Amino acid sequence: MDFSQTEEQQMLQESVQQFVRKSYDFDTRNSIVSTEQGYSAEFWKLFAELGWLTVPFSEADGGFGDSAVDLTVMMDEFGKALLVEPYLATVILGGGLIAALADEKSKGELLPPVMSGDLQLALAATEHSGRYNPLSVETTAQVDGDKIILNGVKTAVLNGINASYLLVTARESGEVSSKDGISVFLVPTDSSGVNIQGFTTIDGRSSSEVQLEAVSVGASARLGQPGKAAEALLMVNEKATVACAAEALGALESMLHKTVEYSKTRKQFGTSIGTFQALQHRMADMFIQCQLARSIVIRAAMKIDSNESTVEKTKAVSAAKSRIGYAIKAVGQEAIQIHGGIAMTEELDVGHLFRRVTALDIMFGDADFHTERYASL
Amino acid sequence: MNADFTADDLAFQAEVKDFLEKEFPSAYRKKIDARQRLTKEEIVDWQKILFRKGWVAPNWPKEYGGTGWSPTQKYIFSTEMGLVGAPEPVPFGMTMVAPVIMAYGTEEQKERFLPDILESNVWWCQGYSEPNSGSDLASLKTSAVRDGDHYVVNGSKTWNTYGQHADWIFCLVRTDNTVKKQEGISFLLIDMKSPGITLKPIVLLDGHPEVNEVFFDEVRVPVENLIGEENKGWTYAKVLLTHERTNIAGVPRGKRRLGSLKRQAAETDDGFGGTMADNPNFKRKLAEAEIELLALEYSELRTLAALTVGKAPGPESSILKIVGTELAQSMDEMLVELAGYGCLPFLPEQYEEGFEGEIFGPGNSASAALTYFNNRKLSIFGGSNEIQRNIISKAVLGL
Ligand SMILES: Cc1cc2nc3c(=O)[nH]c(=O)nc-3n(C[C@H](O)[C@H](O)[C@H](O)COP(=O)(O)OP(=O)(O)OC[C@H]3O[C@@H](n4cnc5c(N)ncnc54)[C@H](O)[C@@H]3O)c2cc1C
Repeated sequence: MDFSQTEEQQMLQESVQQFVRKSYDFDTRNSIVSTEQGYSAEFWKLFAELGWLTVPFSEADGGFGDSAVDLTVMMDEFGKALLVEPYLATVILGGGLIAALADEKSKGELLPPVMSGDLQLALAATEHSGRYNPLSVETTAQVDGDKIILNGVKTAVLNGINASYLLVTARESGEVSSKDGISVFLVPTDSSGVNIQGFTTIDGRSSSEVQLEAVSVGASARLGQPGKAAEALLMVNEKATVACAAEALGALESMLHKTVEYSKTRKQFGTSIGTFQALQHRMADMFIQCQLARSIVIRAAMKIDSNESTVEKTKAVSAAKSRIGYAIKAVGQEAIQIHGGIAMTEELDVGHLFRRVTALDIMFGDADFHTERYASL
Repeated sequence: MNADFTADDLAFQAEVKDFLEKEFPSAYRKKIDARQRLTKEEIVDWQKILFRKGWVAPNWPKEYGGTGWSPTQKYIFSTEMGLVGAPEPVPFGMTMVAPVIMAYGTEEQKERFLPDILESNVWWCQGYSEPNSGSDLASLKTSAVRDGDHYVVNGSKTWNTYGQHADWIFCLVRTDNTVKKQEGISFLLIDMKSPGITLKPIVLLDGHPEVNEVFFDEVRVPVENLIGEENKGWTYAKVLLTHERTNIAGVPRGKRRLGSLKRQAAETDDGFGGTMADNPNFKRKLAEAEIELLALEYSELRTLAALTVGKAPGPESSILKIVGTELAQSMDEMLVELAGYGCLPFLPEQYEEGFEGEIFGPGNSASAALTYFNNRKLSIFGGSNEIQRNIISKAVLGL
């Protein structure tokens, strides 16, 4: 048994830490959020140079090795820094789905520019009626001669306004939530009938709502076999879920750290508030929550990298997201409460961390959803 | 033992319902349901409607324009208001400063300030907290130094709710540095238009500048604006804090929110062909909230019954504050849970006063997270829930 990081993982972690220390302080981050595109193209190029954009790709695809543990090491640090660059959208979701579904030729065309930082992607999968079920797809794909016509509305499409392509999940056949019949289409965002309405999320990311009105694409836009995208979609979803859990973990540990430090300096009643046992116990509980969350996130990443069955992997992912969802509420709310009024403001980073973890709790399913999914497996 | 209303109470309840049905403007109700903020003018308009009916200040003595209602009638009134979502009058003037003026002000001060509060002609705000004096309020430093017929005020206050709307601010200021901290504090009324006052908005986590920092730079305040005696301000403020507070638990509002959560659950797809109203986990949470609300309601009724027979309100108000705020916060979590991805857009501007466009997102889901963020304040202000627990430990349990 060995829970220590490999040398490569340590280097990856240090490289993110170094970047954050040098270039990504809270003010810089906030000024990036307020730009039109909502991320820094310059930093994105730097991420490519540092090799970060290759992490979730296999060596065969030209990547770093596609290890979920590596990915969590990096996401953990992203979470601490409140990073807003579209790593999840372009690399994990978009790139991940292409790697899983596309033929060698398309992969060869698309993955290198993803890894070199020259191509932005967005996954248009979520629908309001589908809630957290990625297989609930109402968007339709109808074959019309040599064309395929897409119709539907997608929500929570991260990075939609910056992407050159949308990866759209659409149903070619079957009931609304059946596994069979779902395909993924690569749709240029400037296609006619594509309407993307961008917005900033509660945690400072660029996201969007996408309408597809009679969008016409060629058969070559379909990634993989017709109606057979479900497995790949689920697999990418699991990986993204663990990535979000790891990101939340970093943010929670940062909140714990900031709360403890603040409690040592904030004085009321002639003493630092950290001397009140009522607060000490609660910070001890926050620490416990963070430790348990770390354990179960590591476990999930290790399972994903293992040879175990899909069911075991899915269960491990749900266990992690469920548990981290609980920790998000417990640690996040206590961090605000123990800071008092000052944490209620946009001035302080702890409030932004709170908004980040609240969003991460929802993404790919909240604690209840994953507890239920765990129970059902 | 019984918890029934008398026939008179029931008749009164019907009268209140009828009034609210007819007089609470439906445009305001709609806005409130959509979580949109009323403008200052709309808030004042509603308070003036209540004033014309004679119902704006149920807690005031009749001689000053109060209603002369029994505690039960007051309870019925605030319950019915809460059930339709009608806002209570802004508390700073009506329930915070007015009772202090009545109890400790001169006749002149009463005549000068109370009618304008009753008629909602003047908007008040509360200037207690300072950057370094939150829970430990008595450590406050903003100073007022006597200079002839004036006090000269220097320092800063913070967390000042709706200071941007306010005409007047009531402040606790330090008038003596040489004595025990509680004994050198005075209660001063200050015109917000006084030269030397500046306001800096503070944006909260929901993107709304709900509070302000207030800076005082050589602000000259006429001595006739002092309430009561110099250096007795802490005593006055404490009396105010233990003053009867109806509706602190927010039971009617809670009931209304619970109803709306249930409706929303029925409209929220679960992703598997059903709705969240059939989701066992969510049903359980709804039931738990409802049960907590019942326990809270009866705790409030028991407090009320004690008041009716003339007992002073005690540390019970701490129970109501803790449980009421924590229950409200758990309903916020349920709101976020139902909204799911719908709560991710951060669009505070569409809830601002005067927004006319179309609200983004399905239903009102884009407001869910904003509500969740904003309501974290409930357990921090009004005496934090830790401070309330300290009160229970000391005053009830004798620890
Ligand atoms: C949205 C909002 C609106 C407000 N509006 C107003 C207003 O209009 N006017 C006004 O004057 N003030 C207002 N306040 C201020 C409010 O009253 C203070 O925030 C509150 O008193 C807490 O003070 P603090 O924020 O400085 O926290 P601190 O006092 O620094 O407390 C930090 C933490 O320590 C805990 N703590 C402190 N002492 C103890 C103890 N002895 N034992 C255990 N735990 C302890 C607190 O409970 C809290 O969790 C507002 C605050 C907010 C957030």
